[in-house]
Amino acid sequence: MSDIQLDLVSDAKLSRMGSTEKVRYIIDEVRKGKIMVLEKGLDPMEEAKLIEMTMTEIEEDFFGLEIESYPRDDSGGTFFGKLFKKDAGQQKLTVIGPANQLKTLRKDNSLISTLVSTK
Amino acid sequence: MGVISQFRNFFGKLFKKKNACIGIYGPPNAGKTTLANRIVKDWKDDESEPVGSVSHIAHETRKAQRHHKLEIESKGSKICLDIVDTPGLATKIDFHDFMKEGMGEKESKQRSKEATEGVIESVKWLDDLDGVILVMDATENPYTQVNVTVIGNMEARKLPLLIVANKIDLPESDPEAIKEAFPQHPFIGISALDGTNMETFYEAIAKQFG
Ligand SMILES: Nc1nc2c(ncn2[C@@H]2O[C@H](COP(=O)(O)OP(=O)(O)OP(=O)(O)O)[C@@H](O)[C@H]2O)c(=O)[nH]1
Ligand SMILES: [Mg+2]
Repeated sequence: MSDIQLDLVSDAKLSRMGSTEKVRYIIDEVRKGKIMVLEKGLDPMEEAKLIEMTMTEIEEDFFGLEIESYPRDDSGGTFFGKLFKKDAGQQKLTVIGPANQLKTLRKDNSLISTLVSTK
Repeated sequence: MGVISQFRNFFGKLFKKKNACIGIYGPPNAGKTTLANRIVKDWKDDESEPVGSVSHIAHETRKAQRHHKLEIESKGSKICLDIVDTPGLATKIDFHDFMKEGMGEKESKQRSKEATEGVIESVKWLDDLDGVILVMDATENPYTQVNVTVIGNMEARKLPLLIVANKIDLPESDPEAIKEAFPQHPFIGISALDGTNMETFYEAIAKQFG
């Protein structure tokens, strides 16, 4: 039986990095076959960058990644909503892994259920 | 006419010159091209206008296609938009999926390669748009990263967004689930295939992007 490495990445670790460095780090780790749980996740621009960079990495033995996080709170809401709700638009817990090993079973706005398999 | 409204008029005209450019986004197979083709058919008299190809196999659109100067009219108001049909966004592309659809290995790998380039083009387009129509398949779970990412990017850029639950003609569709998932944004359920609710869709377009 082969093992799977699960990394719980603190916000403290990721927030020290710049956007590109962060995305690079995540892709490199995932390519090693790790499953990563990010305490705070990425911001929308970083997510877009992650998708873009993942696409450049796809080849015959790497099909990309599975990534799941929760929808952000209503940052598109009213002016007063934004003013009084401090965590509006804040980043959320995120799980990322290789597409061939991490499968999302179920997801709604309060629960992410995944299946992790060995290669 | 007061000075202020004259002023407004002047700037209004100045800014109206450039068409707003609206991207149609969503996961592969959501029906983006079917919708884009319908919009073009409804508002372009020009028979020669090219339409995008539609397929049940994912990543059919692998190059963004821009439709210029569509004059959309709804309830007396008229707006002129450019519409960009983008390749479906994904975080993974496995060529085996195309082989399962009956394509040969070589063709599948080629489609996969082009699909990755298509996704990159879609992401790049996010920087050049004035708004987004986010199309979701109402028979699928709306809580996907792709949806969260597109919405997040529009919110961060403070650009208007219209969420479309497509395929409501299918009995297993659940447009309400999409509305509940993203309650903070305007939403409409349609069938791009049979044209259900298109009137209301154009009304929403005029309201959101006009
Ligand atoms: N039942 C039903 N099927 C639809 C509807 N809209 C699109 N489809 C079907 O869904 C499939 C995908 O449609 P496309 O328009 O190619 O989807 P797309 O989002 O452009 O897909 P990509 O270009 O691959 O990202 C096709 O088989 C369409 O016929 C709809 O409203 N109802
Ligand atoms: Mg398409």
